[in-house]
Amino acid sequence: MISCKEFLTELNEYLDDVVDPDTKQHWQEHVDACPNCYVVVDTTRKTMQIYKGMQQQDLPSDVKNRLWQALEKKMAARRPAQS
Amino acid sequence: MTPTTTAVPSFDESSLVARARTGDTEAFSELVRHYERRVYRLAKNITRHDEDAEDVLQEAFLKAYEHLDRFQGNSAFYTWLVRIAVNEALMKLRKRKNDRTVPLDEPLDLGEDVMQREIAVWEDNPEQRYSREEMQKILDDAVDTLKPDFRTVFVLRDIEELSTEETAETLGISISAVKSRLLRARLALREKLTKQFKRKGENLLDLM
Repeated sequence: MISCKEFLTELNEYLDDVVDPDTKQHWQEHVDACPNCYVVVDTTRKTMQIYKGMQQQDLPSDVKNRLWQALEKKMAARRPAQS
Repeated sequence: MTPTTTAVPSFDESSLVARARTGDTEAFSELVRHYERRVYRLAKNITRHDEDAEDVLQEAFLKAYEHLDRFQGNSAFYTWLVRIAVNEALMKLRKRKNDRTVPLDEPLDLGEDVMQREIAVWEDNPEQRYSREEMQKILDDAVDTLKPDFRTVFVLRDIEELSTEETAETLGISISAVKSRLLRARLALREKLTKQFKRKGENLLDLM
């Protein structure tokens, strides 16, 4: 069986599921037999999920207003050249 | 937790881009409205600085508007926009490099060792045990400890969901560099969060 170190080096490929079924099976045997790597897999997966789910989406209104002021100025400056 | 924004059904990116290219400012405005929050989030995550993030947000859209004729249409508009925003954000990082404090807690050195120091089962549903603000702070603090090179890869791959190839191309680094930085970033964040979320009373297991 592969070592923990070998497995952890390939952790991304395992988590992102970008390997052929035979290799995956090979790694899966390690995960099933090794409580530590099982925990690392589980908590790394949760880490990724938590970041995906919790990212702030707010754009502060003053930041937004200044963006639109800058954009409108730019668009107005270019408009005559478009015609 | 608020639901993540999903594409509005009526949003037709390619026809908006086509109209914007002919000088239709309303079409371009629609694209900005659709992506402003995501670009700001990206800028904030990479720069970790409010003013820099705002500059990046403005510069990204102004440059996109200015150079719309250069957009080839062989990638998604958003990918192209992300590339512009990331370049702006990296420039900000380079400018601030000298006055940035180096985190005391360096990420694991994976070249030598992928061993994990903190291995513990998490409590169930940690996201329900903290307020949204508390959770955001925990996540932000953990990301703050990553070096910018690792943070940027993590942000593009795991938050913006770019592919490994797109991330490599956007950052101008090799695919293997993307992979190793992502692995280090994920493991370092996992370890940080484990310190917060591990089940109380659980003994740490020693690896091997």
